[in-house]
Amino acid sequence: MQSVDYDLLIIGAGPAGLTAALYAARARLRTALIEKVTPGGQMVTTDRIENYPGFPAGVSGPELSRHMASQVEDLGVPLIGDAAASLELAGAVKAVHLTDRRLSARAVIVASGASPKRLGVPGEAELFGKGISSCATCDGPFYNDKVVAAVGGGDTAVQESAFLARFARKVYLIHRRDRFRADRILQERLSACKNVEILWDTVVTGVRGLQKLEAVYLRQVKTGDTRELPVEGFFVWVGIVPNADFVADQLPRDAWGFILTDGQMATSVPGVFAAGDVRHTPLRQITTAVGDGALAAHSAEHYLNSVPI
Amino acid sequence: MSESVMEIGDSSFDAEVLKSEKPVLVDFWAPWCGPCRAIAPVIGELMATYGDRIKFTKCNVDDNPVTPGKFGIKAIPTLIFFKEGSVVEQVTGMVAKSKLEETIKSIL
Repeated sequence: MQSVDYDLLIIGAGPAGLTAALYAARARLRTALIEKVTPGGQMVTTDRIENYPGFPAGVSGPELSRHMASQVEDLGVPLIGDAAASLELAGAVKAVHLTDRRLSARAVIVASGASPKRLGVPGEAELFGKGISSCATCDGPFYNDKVVAAVGGGDTAVQESAFLARFARKVYLIHRRDRFRADRILQERLSACKNVEILWDTVVTGVRGLQKLEAVYLRQVKTGDTRELPVEGFFVWVGIVPNADFVADQLPRDAWGFILTDGQMATSVPGVFAAGDVRHTPLRQITTAVGDGALAAHSAEHYLNSVPI
Repeated sequence: MSESVMEIGDSSFDAEVLKSEKPVLVDFWAPWCGPCRAIAPVIGELMATYGDRIKFTKCNVDDNPVTPGKFGIKAIPTLIFFKEGSVVEQVTGMVAKSKLEETIKSIL
């Protein structure tokens, strides 16, 4: 028998990966977590979390991240600070290639999450970090008493625009449709912000600025009117893309690149599971990621018990 | 070694960063920035490995208005690498440790 480093490798230490690690460690599986930046995933860049049960006053994203991470750390799960570069998933022993080494395991859970999507308009890449951002909790206070724009219509766009309104003199929220997808409670809170103006049926076609952002270009989709909106900051909240480049064609994925699983979080490759935002799923929340993570660990344990060592 | 990352500010920037003999990393951060706090341990780990060859510093953007303005800092965390008084690399946002390590190796 060849030697195997771990029973279970979990890629990504967001809420899905951390929960999977919690359940795996309590099942006494030899488990390691691989995290390329820092535990918490997208929670770390979230100002306030109000829809994770048990925190009636809400909880900050970094704080919830620390709690979840320390619970797993206390159980002795090693956190490997590196990025998965590629996978070998066929056969009974799987391998995860990191920057300069290879780890083997009998089962793998991919919980690598997702990242904010860029708009993909001219000038955006050059001005990212120079007036364009996707993190209000990081960059909002730089726009104290300034005029900023944001784009999007989901929970993140609506919630974070209300957060921006605390600092900025004026916030324009640009949305391509005539209504938001965001939770009603978030929409109500945004409506109460007097310094927020919503530009419905409007798309951003480009951005202008040399060393720093100066304006965004807009087009009203119903009338076709175009104009330039001078702003100092521009926040992009138009959805997410899966962090799954390293998966390549090793696992079946949907048209957007999210990993396909069954109800037990199993992919079509035996011993390989996916959990959280990286998975093809109708709802991407911390609560659903946590549920996915628990189920993926349970399924991995079941799988490990069913195959001969 | 349990040295911590050196705090620098507007008054010490010239001496500690621009006139440094070693390359310098400046981590622009603020206490209200969760991601900055989250990335701090990663920088600590890199310092444990590369602290003898690179000077690791941090600059609080709330307490020091001049320096961040000079470098157009509009997003944090931003890490700027200086070599012989000039900016050689700039990294914004939450970045993988392996990517930072690559950047460090490229400037050494």
